Amino acid sequence: MTEAAITVTGLHKAFGRNQVLRGVDMVIPVGQVTVLMGANGAGKSTLVKVLSGVHRADQGVILLAGQPYLPANPSAALRAGVVTVHQSINDGVVPDLDIASNLMLDFLADGSAMFINRRALRAQAREIAAAVGLTVDVTRRVSDLSLADRQRVAIARAMAHHPKLLILDEPTSSLSAAEAERLFALIDQLRAQGVAILYISHRMSDIRRLADRIVSMRDGAISGLTEGPKLDYTGAVRAMLGREMTDVDLAIPPRGKVVLQATGLQLRPGSRPFDLICPENEVIAVVGLVGAGKSDLASVLYGLAKPVGGRLTLDGAAYAPRTPAEAIAAGVFMAARDRLINAVVPDFNITRNLTLPFLRRHSRVQFLRTKSETITARRMISEMGVVCQSANDPILTLSGGNQQKVMVARWMSQASRLLILDEPFQGVDIQARRDIGAKIRATANTRATLVLVSELDEAFEVADRILVLSEGSLVGEHRNENINMARLMAEMTDAPGQTAGQHS
Amino acid sequence: MNGPFNTIDFAIRYGFLILMVGLVVFFSITAEGFLSPFSAVFILQSVAITGILALGVTATLVVGGFDLSIGAVATSALMLSAYVMVVWEMNAVTAVILCLLMGAGVGLINGLLIVKMKVPDLLATLGMMFLLVGLQRIPTEGNSISTGMALPDGSVAEGTFSEAFLMLGRHRIAFIVDDLVPLSVVFLLLIALLVWGFLELTRHGRLMYAIGSNAQAANLAGVNVNRYRLLAYMISGTLASVGGILLAARLGRGDVASGNNLLLDAVAAALIGYAVLGASKPNAFGTAIGALFVGILLQGLTMLNAPYYTQDFIKGAVLVIALVFTFALSGRNGRVRH
Repeated sequence: MTEAAITVTGLHKAFGRNQVLRGVDMVIPVGQVTVLMGANGAGKSTLVKVLSGVHRADQGVILLAGQPYLPANPSAALRAGVVTVHQSINDGVVPDLDIASNLMLDFLADGSAMFINRRALRAQAREIAAAVGLTVDVTRRVSDLSLADRQRVAIARAMAHHPKLLILDEPTSSLSAAEAERLFALIDQLRAQGVAILYISHRMSDIRRLADRIVSMRDGAISGLTEGPKLDYTGAVRAMLGREMTDVDLAIPPRGKVVLQATGLQLRPGSRPFDLICPENEVIAVVGLVGAGKSDLASVLYGLAKPVGGRLTLDGAAYAPRTPAEAIAAGVFMAARDRLINAVVPDFNITRNLTLPFLRRHSRVQFLRTKSETITARRMISEMGVVCQSANDPILTLSGGNQQKVMVARWMSQASRLLILDEPFQGVDIQARRDIGAKIRATANTRATLVLVSELDEAFEVADRILVLSEGSLVGEHRNENINMARLMAEMTDAPGQTAGQHS
Repeated sequence: MNGPFNTIDFAIRYGFLILMVGLVVFFSITAEGFLSPFSAVFILQSVAITGILALGVTATLVVGGFDLSIGAVATSALMLSAYVMVVWEMNAVTAVILCLLMGAGVGLINGLLIVKMKVPDLLATLGMMFLLVGLQRIPTEGNSISTGMALPDGSVAEGTFSEAFLMLGRHRIAFIVDDLVPLSVVFLLLIALLVWGFLELTRHGRLMYAIGSNAQAANLAGVNVNRYRLLAYMISGTLASVGGILLAARLGRGDVASGNNLLLDAVAAALIGYAVLGASKPNAFGTAIGALFVGILLQGLTMLNAPYYTQDFIKGAVLVIALVFTFALSGRNGRVRH
């Protein structure tokens, strides 16, 4: 048995009547990556917040390197050596300050000196940056950096404290594959240095790449642990869900009539024009690395941007939306990615979030008919399987997966011609992901459906046809059966021109 | 919703209303004559103008904005109506229409500065406030307007405030007792009802709340965010000019020095409104109650012979307490979980 960095015994935490942690017992050993898996609402985030000093536990004992550990606030946790890098990268950095100031921020905040010695500050910052392989000019402002580099700054800042425990909460959710690989290399290096790492993720590919041990969590308690040379991944998922996860069985239906047709569509100056057909009764997944042009495609189809060239038709008629309102009026709906930024209205309850785009249909002479809204909300809640007390629950009281279900349900509550779903599985657990995917497929017969995803697994689960984008252009197309993985991967990473856009 | 009785929830929801009832009871006992129809009407009359202005600010708060120019718009309307009738010798209808257009126009410019020029709302409306405070003094070289005043060109202003116009501020309607309810109070109640209905019952109000909560999400849901923000500032400007018209009608002269407290009182009423019924958001009902609360407090203190110079302090204290109700208490109960 290796040395334990942190030992948690009988941890309880409730918010009001809602018992979130019900006796968590876990050990996080040094020099290993412990992956924490759990469905949305299982209590992962609360556990992390207790460990990082945001919340105080109601009951239970935490030992950090054998000493009792009871952080009063996040900065106390930091001083004790428990460092957390959050999912939303901008929480960990101050965008308007330069890199050096960001790296030294905690020392500046703690220190007693009135004036700042810039030169010493920068020299120290460079040392810290070098330790995590961050090779940028430390005088640059953080707001000028890519998301991946910002995250690296956040981690570097964390590492400056020589942490005993490093907690990474969904760190790859905004990264491209190459950026994620750089992060994994850094994690490998930290593990070798003997840092205990608690890694929280829904992404199986991350977990397979990094995990030394997997802890599964369900309903506020630890429900499974797998460690040793051969990890039991299916066992871990089963422990997290409380039952078996079957593979998605997917039958490709015949295509209906063409809904959206794009001819010579050019998304960016210099990118190669391409054609696209979206028929009824077909779910099309669009895959590609970050920056491949998925968002550009969605923006053009939803009236957020003009295409550089080419023309679109919808049900045979010319289609050139200038605003989302025009797109919606034409029957093109889009569930946007990053729900908390682009979709959730935090002050509204579930019903009001659901009906937001379609209030005209829920009103008579401009006056809202709440009854009509409630009926729609109840119907969608039951169809999507949203777990809630009532349709009047404030949206933020739901877990992430259920919030996402509401956001997808919003756009399924009315009939559409083309439904675009941009990263509909972002930050949701595998069960919610399957629910949402099944719902997308079950309702697809009356419309065309475009699902934009960055994880291939998600595309395989939901799509009839998979399109590959690279550098703003369509470079590959696959029917979702017996896919040639090597070719698909090559298309995703190669520049267009080298790969022919052959149909399979 | 939470089942068992919860003291904090109860305090957040009903605290302010209970406080108000408590005040009424307290003043009824201590201040002789407080509990009479005349006293009640006096309170309503004193809050009518600030209440109307506060309802306008509420509209801008709903879309996540703010309007600091309302006080200046109201005094501009006061000066404009006086100028139209006294100097240009036009009739009351023209004066009222010009004032309303001026208010809507200022609101439109505010909105365009914020929406098109991307000037932050506080700064845009603060700039507009300074601009108007200066502008309204230029035509008369800084003097108040009244019949018989000497004009810059040497002539004498011959016009008068028309009787019809003065009625707006001074007429009283018989209600139980003769000559009881001032017309301005009727306007307040009417406008409060309209704004409440607009914000709570129509889809436009719902969309405005959505914009205030997450403008990006509203835009992606097909809401024309800029148009609603413009609309909010135009509502605010127009209601502020209504307040100015009523003030002019009550005073009967274009007094440059009046209306200093309008902005402060109106903003206080709108922010106190956040705490009423635990709304934690701008709302028309709360704003009306907030204005009433301040009115009751000041009337009661006046009848107890509290000196006038303590009033601003007391208003400020009430505002701070209301903000604590709204933000600290409801925040502690925790929206954010997990």
